Amino acid sequence: MDFLDTPAEATFRDEVRTWLADHLVGEFAELGGGGGPSDETAWDLRVEWEKLLGRDRWVGLDWPEEYGGRNASFAEQIIFSEEYAKADAPTRVSFFGEGLFAPTLLAYGTEEQKRRFLPKIQAAEELWCQGYSEPNAGSDLSNVQTRAVLDGDQWVVNGQKVWTTLAHRAHWCFAVVRTDPDAPAHKGLSYVLVPMHQTGVSIRPLKQMTGTAEFNEVFFDDARTDKANVVGEVNDGWKVAMATLGFERGTAFLAQQIAFQREVSDLIDVAHKNGATAEAAIRQELADAYVGVQIMKYNGLRMLTKLVKTGVLGPESSIGKLYWSSWHRRLGEIAMHVLGTDGLLVEGEPGGEYALNELERTFMVSRSETIYAGASEIQRNIIGERVLGLPREPRA
Amino acid sequence: MNFAFSEEQEQLREAVRRFMEAKSPSSEVRRLMETTEGYDEAVWKQMAQELGLQSLHIPEAHGGQGFTFIELGIVLEEMGRVLLCAPYFSTVVLAADAIMNAATDAQQGELLPGIASGETIAALAFTEPNGRWDASGITMEASGSGDSYQLSGTKMFVIDGHTANTIITVARLAGTSGEDGISFFAVDGDASGLTRTPLATMDQTRKQARLDFSDVAARPLGEPGAGWAALSKTLDQAAVGLSNEMVGGAQKVLEMAVDYAKVRVQFGRPIGSFQAIKHKCADMLLEVESAKSAAYYAAWAAAEDNEELPVVASLAKAYCSDAYFHAAAENIQIHGGIGFTWEHDAHLYFKRAKSSEILLGDATYHRELLAQRIGI
Repeated sequence: MDFLDTPAEATFRDEVRTWLADHLVGEFAELGGGGGPSDETAWDLRVEWEKLLGRDRWVGLDWPEEYGGRNASFAEQIIFSEEYAKADAPTRVSFFGEGLFAPTLLAYGTEEQKRRFLPKIQAAEELWCQGYSEPNAGSDLSNVQTRAVLDGDQWVVNGQKVWTTLAHRAHWCFAVVRTDPDAPAHKGLSYVLVPMHQTGVSIRPLKQMTGTAEFNEVFFDDARTDKANVVGEVNDGWKVAMATLGFERGTAFLAQQIAFQREVSDLIDVAHKNGATAEAAIRQELADAYVGVQIMKYNGLRMLTKLVKTGVLGPESSIGKLYWSSWHRRLGEIAMHVLGTDGLLVEGEPGGEYALNELERTFMVSRSETIYAGASEIQRNIIGERVLGLPREPRA
Repeated sequence: MNFAFSEEQEQLREAVRRFMEAKSPSSEVRRLMETTEGYDEAVWKQMAQELGLQSLHIPEAHGGQGFTFIELGIVLEEMGRVLLCAPYFSTVVLAADAIMNAATDAQQGELLPGIASGETIAALAFTEPNGRWDASGITMEASGSGDSYQLSGTKMFVIDGHTANTIITVARLAGTSGEDGISFFAVDGDASGLTRTPLATMDQTRKQARLDFSDVAARPLGEPGAGWAALSKTLDQAAVGLSNEMVGGAQKVLEMAVDYAKVRVQFGRPIGSFQAIKHKCADMLLEVESAKSAAYYAAWAAAEDNEELPVVASLAKAYCSDAYFHAAAENIQIHGGIGFTWEHDAHLYFKRAKSSEILLGDATYHRELLAQRIGI
């Protein structure tokens, strides 16, 4: 058990610090962290920042060097995340590409696919979105109805996806589609990569309770993609899709934890300023939020240590997803307690745009987090059945 | 970065688990909890002689093995798992740490070897009838000078205070208040003027005593009046130790609940197949695993003796207290009627969870302490 840097890790930390100090200047420095994977604030500037990160190979840190990565260890990835957060560097725009699709591609993609897609992710020239949920495939994801049919050298895709985060910003979508309608639910699915900028793809923003529309409906109407754009075997996409979910539930939260730490300290600042820290009940809640976010880090470090040893991230990743989403929802509730009557109002003018402040945003956005990437109830089923070995629910 | 136990540490855990399972089955716990002493002399000696548990984190210069709080945490976790009835927490965690933090090297040389060898049972008497865990709770005054002081007053909730040979007593110099004037003293268990009364405890597996001092002769440890830093550190270390002990019990009740949910059939299926039960178990696992993360991290901070210790000690005590109690309570609920009987062990863990939550300050107390420590 050791949480201190080795000499090599200390050198790496210095390199990260120095790079950030040299490059996080001017308008980039003014962006600040905060927000989540779906935040759209100052998007274009953040894409520029991502390009700068990619140019100097801070995107795809853990990728093998042959694909432009640094082959970074988990410890180095943690160090990068820590220093990135300490510097209050901008919220990343490539969660779906770098965070979810790239590790899936490295695990299941062909050599050609890796060489085709990874450099564009690193250069922030291609952004990605995730085409999983459908109107009738939410928690029961295997009920996906979107079809892909081969037409010569191309797949022709028809159907509808929903809750597609940042689809309107994406160049590509990794989608779970049905390629064999006669096979049982989990069989007959494929993991298909579909270009977003084509006439067969239309996007309709979904206005959320926050008043903003980071989520979308995506309609595939004879959308086309090359035959080679399937990750894993045709009709064996469930496994690949679950691997992506594993990354989403597992390792990707690490950078998030650091953003959460900042949210806690920001909330404490607000409570100091508005006098809420004088109330014993609020002090309890703030301390509880702090305990929760620290334990999130400790849990993550334990999980990563196990991952390094065994090489696989098992169903334990569900614990991480359940934990952080529940914790963040609670943080939003505490934030509203801290706000008190200020929480009765939003920013802006009556009749104008519905604009939440940061704390209200956390309060609202966190309601989606216990639903997406597998609702908390689904995570509890996974933990109960696959970690604790409890009997499955009889199926109808 | 490496957040895992080493191979040697895992071996220690295995050895201690084997010993505990052999020496502290439910039948032994139930036998000992009915006694006033609350422990088995022979097992205590075996712990010292066969496994060297009492000497684990005592420095080699004072008869110990010089291991760290990480190894101590492992041992405490395994003891908590079986509800071991023994004066280990009082002697090795509370008293030995107090001695190491407060006493001069020469005094440590006199006091620690007896603890390390298992000869000495020691207690830390600091809480009073006011039930406070902070400096202002200490009202007992010490009078005297040099090596000769007298203590008068009452100490309460003293873990194993009635069986200890040596009682490390915390009092304050006359006319002081708050964190000023706090002093440590060594008092013989059979000192004249000391009346020791065993208390009837809600959790019968950990014994407590009331100690009434009437001009009891006491020898100061370290510099009289300058003891607050040592006491504060001792309480932080003890909170970490207790957190690790609680984690052992919490894991055990989770296993009890899950095992039962797999075999208990109602409505024609194991109750664990119902989401109402399955989700309870999933939440218990999340909390127990999180409690482990907190307790292990805190043990590391205690081993490093770094500046994080005060914050993570309160963090671990707050979280582990809640997690253990919640798991122990859910274990009863999942067991249904059988879980409410005296015969079933569920209540023993439920009571240990509650007493561990209260001792050294409950979750509310530690969240407030944490708030102060992180500048809220």
